[in-house]
Amino acid sequence: MNRLRVITIAVLLMFLCIGLCMAEDKMIQIKGSDTLINVVQKLAEIYMAQKPGANISVTGGGSGTGVAALVNNKCDIANSSRSIKSSEVEQANNKGIDPKRVVVAIDGLSIIVNAANPIDKLTVDQIGKIYRGEVKNWNELGGADSPVSLYGRQSNSGTYDFMKEVVMKGEYSSSLKSMNGNAQIVEAIKQDASGIGYVGVGYVKDATGIKVLNVAVTPGMGYFSPLNEMDVKNGHYPITRPLNQYMNGVPKGMARDFIIFELSKEGQDIVEKEGFFAVPAEYQRYNNDTLGIKGEVGESPVAKYSAQGRDGN
Amino acid sequence: MGKHNNLKENFIHGLFFLNGLLVVVLLVGIFALLVAKSVPAFKDISIREFLFSASWNPTATFVSPSYGIKSMLVSTLFVSIGALVIAIPIGIGSAAYLSDVADRRTREIVKPVIEILAGIPSVVIGFLGIVLVGPMIARIFHIPNGLNALNGSILLAVMALPTIISMSEDALNSVPKSFEEASLALGATKWQTLISIKIPAALSGIIAASMLGMGRAIGETMTVLMATGCAIAMPKSFLQSVQTMTSTIAIELGEVPYDTTHYYALFGIGLVLFIITFVVNMIADIALHRYQRVIK
Repeated sequence: MNRLRVITIAVLLMFLCIGLCMAEDKMIQIKGSDTLINVVQKLAEIYMAQKPGANISVTGGGSGTGVAALVNNKCDIANSSRSIKSSEVEQANNKGIDPKRVVVAIDGLSIIVNAANPIDKLTVDQIGKIYRGEVKNWNELGGADSPVSLYGRQSNSGTYDFMKEVVMKGEYSSSLKSMNGNAQIVEAIKQDASGIGYVGVGYVKDATGIKVLNVAVTPGMGYFSPLNEMDVKNGHYPITRPLNQYMNGVPKGMARDFIIFELSKEGQDIVEKEGFFAVPAEYQRYNNDTLGIKGEVGESPVAKYSAQGRDGN
Repeated sequence: MGKHNNLKENFIHGLFFLNGLLVVVLLVGIFALLVAKSVPAFKDISIREFLFSASWNPTATFVSPSYGIKSMLVSTLFVSIGALVIAIPIGIGSAAYLSDVADRRTREIVKPVIEILAGIPSVVIGFLGIVLVGPMIARIFHIPNGLNALNGSILLAVMALPTIISMSEDALNSVPKSFEEASLALGATKWQTLISIKIPAALSGIIAASMLGMGRAIGETMTVLMATGCAIAMPKSFLQSVQTMTSTIAIELGEVPYDTTHYYALFGIGLVLFIITFVVNMIADIALHRYQRVIK
């Protein structure tokens, strides 16, 4: 009886091991940006439904966490809402990792305030002043007399870095409240009449109780909304940024197949449905170069994708 | 046969000794690791700056990075002392109720409930802080948002309560029956007996309970990370957003490049935390011993 039990357990364990080993083989680990997590998760779900046996795990933690995982060879694809830093490339190279980048979506980083806030447009310079803590009260910008309450992301966030390096060009005020993710910022701004926050455009599409501000480089150049697809794509909206994925070397096998799916017409439609914007021609060209795909820009990659799928099967 | 038994006895004796030793080795090991990893930080940062400067910005690129933990230290104390102020009166009250007032049936129901409370994952408590306690605080105090030190204190109080209640109740229960009987025989009411005899007699046990509760509060990470708003500025009131030491480690350790000053400084924060909890637990231990002596 006892012996039987031991044997049963041993056999079960063996199966478990085999199962785990097999799973390991096809499991693609994607980690990083909390801005990208929802859209990449959606892409992965649809991809897995189409390709039985494919196994993709998508987790968040912030762009910094994703890139660090790639550098330490702990994930296959790192989602990042900022560009990789030269110090990170150096570290990666030291460990024999060769980061390659594709752009999977375009984001108009949206500046949001409570719906009750009378302000509806700001310049990049004003946004910088607010986040650096130089403007402390909304009345300095023509708003109500109430102290500005700053919401941002934690320092492992790519969006945190992007704001600091590109928009603010200075350090954050120490009264910045660091939120866990985009959704938490949206929730906080809904409740906080004097709050201001920044989130990926994919998080404001269906949100109520908040207002997405129009932003200008200088007042003379006109204010634009991140919700307007054309203004984001042609760069009129000043805080437009590519959302990236980094891999170790040119991806092969399943990872490559998944990335081509993301960049296909079908994948990009999903990106747009999730509230972000499809990759424009210049980045398509860049992606094709990275992946070693030859062909005309604008020629639908989906054709190639299906052809490849057929060959593969 | 006797020899065989002896062998077995020795074996088991040795096994338990090893288990006991393992705990000590782990503790010393963790301490040694923290010290070894934090010492390199002080090549670049003076200990004075580290402990007494309130500016923490290790990833600064436009100004030189700064590594002062004072505001986090104060935030941690704010949140955990706030938690104690809330939890101790409630905890002692509940313990006194359970040990002296409640009938057996009520006690049978309430005690397991308290134990379940202790088992709620901290992330769930943090979630309640965001969706329930936060908005409530904002409404009561007419402030724009409820993610602040008070929110953290309330949540940590909830988390510290089970420890405080069950340990205080044990302390009250182990006050010798003769104390109570003597007091009642002298004409004191039950209430007077509880307040003037039993609670003072159990005081060191209650202090130990509170200290252990505080130890838990200081080290708690997820809840405060979610509910306190995480603003690095020096806190001036309980209604301000604060970032505790634990939050800082949790946020930054995931992305910090290894073997940099920033990395070592995070271990430095860990070391400070370790020392604080060590001292708090030691106070609890001393109080407990004293209390056991008094009762004997």
